[in-house]
Amino acid sequence: MEAYVSLFVKAVFIENLALSFFLGMCTFIAVSKKISTAMGLGVAVMVVQAITVPANNIVYHALLKEDALSWMGITGVDLSFLALLSCIGMIAALVQILEMILDKFFPALYFALGVFLPLITVNCAILGGSLFMIERDYNFGESVTYGIGSGLGWALAITVMAGVREKLKYSDIPPGLQGLGITFITAGLMSLGFMAFSGIQL
Amino acid sequence: MSAVLSSETKKVLTAPLVNDNPITLQVLGICSALAVTSKMSTSLIMALALTLVTAFSSAAISSIRNHIPSSIRIIVQMTIIASLVIVVDQILKAFAYEVSKQLSVFVGLIITNCIVMGRAEGYAMKNPPLESFMDGIGNGLGYSLILIIVAFFRETLGSGKLLGIEVFKLTKDGGWYDPNGLMLLPPSAFFIIGLIIWAVRQWKPEQVEKVDFKIMAIAHGEGGHH
Repeated sequence: MEAYVSLFVKAVFIENLALSFFLGMCTFIAVSKKISTAMGLGVAVMVVQAITVPANNIVYHALLKEDALSWMGITGVDLSFLALLSCIGMIAALVQILEMILDKFFPALYFALGVFLPLITVNCAILGGSLFMIERDYNFGESVTYGIGSGLGWALAITVMAGVREKLKYSDIPPGLQGLGITFITAGLMSLGFMAFSGIQL
Repeated sequence: MSAVLSSETKKVLTAPLVNDNPITLQVLGICSALAVTSKMSTSLIMALALTLVTAFSSAAISSIRNHIPSSIRIIVQMTIIASLVIVVDQILKAFAYEVSKQLSVFVGLIITNCIVMGRAEGYAMKNPPLESFMDGIGNGLGYSLILIIVAFFRETLGSGKLLGIEVFKLTKDGGWYDPNGLMLLPPSAFFIIGLIIWAVRQWKPEQVEKVDFKIMAIAHGEGGHH
């Protein structure tokens, strides 16, 4: 149990996908102008991440890993090079299914998240989460924890970023640094702040 | 004809370098890029991989653009891009295993790199294969340029080396340069890109974003309470 807690804390703070691995940066920069939209996207990413990482984990361990097909009586087959294709296919399919389910059963949530869902397929944070899961060879329990944790970390980062950017409206920025430039510097400072967590021993 | 083609080709090839740079202006593809820039060698490999993937995926998508039903075009594009990335990944694992270990998941993340998708969707779907190929190369080069600049600063200032060759002699080896450890950490990449954007926009003021709010000069008293 303790291992899961420490993995969770690590995924949220220390190895924050957005601020220490730069994943999902395009959307991170583009959609962090207002707190409410940033939070909507953050929640959507968290939900998708919590579903796709374990799903990819199952597919990887049951079909793609070396000798994974032995339950079908086929041995010596290593399909792990297909992981990239299967991960992205899985993510695209799951996002599509999630969109349909939300539309049918939770229309309010669908309208709140609707715009962001298709964007999520091409969000590097989602694919990155799955690829890290494969690289670090997580088991199913760990992959669930990691999925939720890393999604939460990303959501936290983008919400904080949006908060800072809303306040930036009141500052006088040199014209060349306006917009994108100052956003990068802000992200750098935030990432510096998050690095403080790396001193925590787990 | 050839003159027209070459001027058009030249335009799509050079425009993305400064005037329409994918990173500093279109804000694409920052995702997987920054993490690999703490060393020059990894950035060069990454830049090369991305340029090739963008060019060939654009060419491939453009050559079948009239046969892709628009409702499933994203999936088709994804599949083409993912297959190319798998090829790159396997080649790296076979011939440059060390570098591929350092790049870890970031080669795979070329799939979701917005530059590749962005060029496929924004250019290759509307233009013939040769131009799309050149456009891919051009955008790849624009991305590479930024990556190389960032890596140059991070590696020289952070470890006093360039491509592993000593540039500044470090104090611990009896030299004069004390390495700046911050340069090897993630935040420095953000700072350097921010400063590059600032520099480019000072040079080309037309790239400055429209200000959506303006500070009003306050006649008397202090500013609002927030």
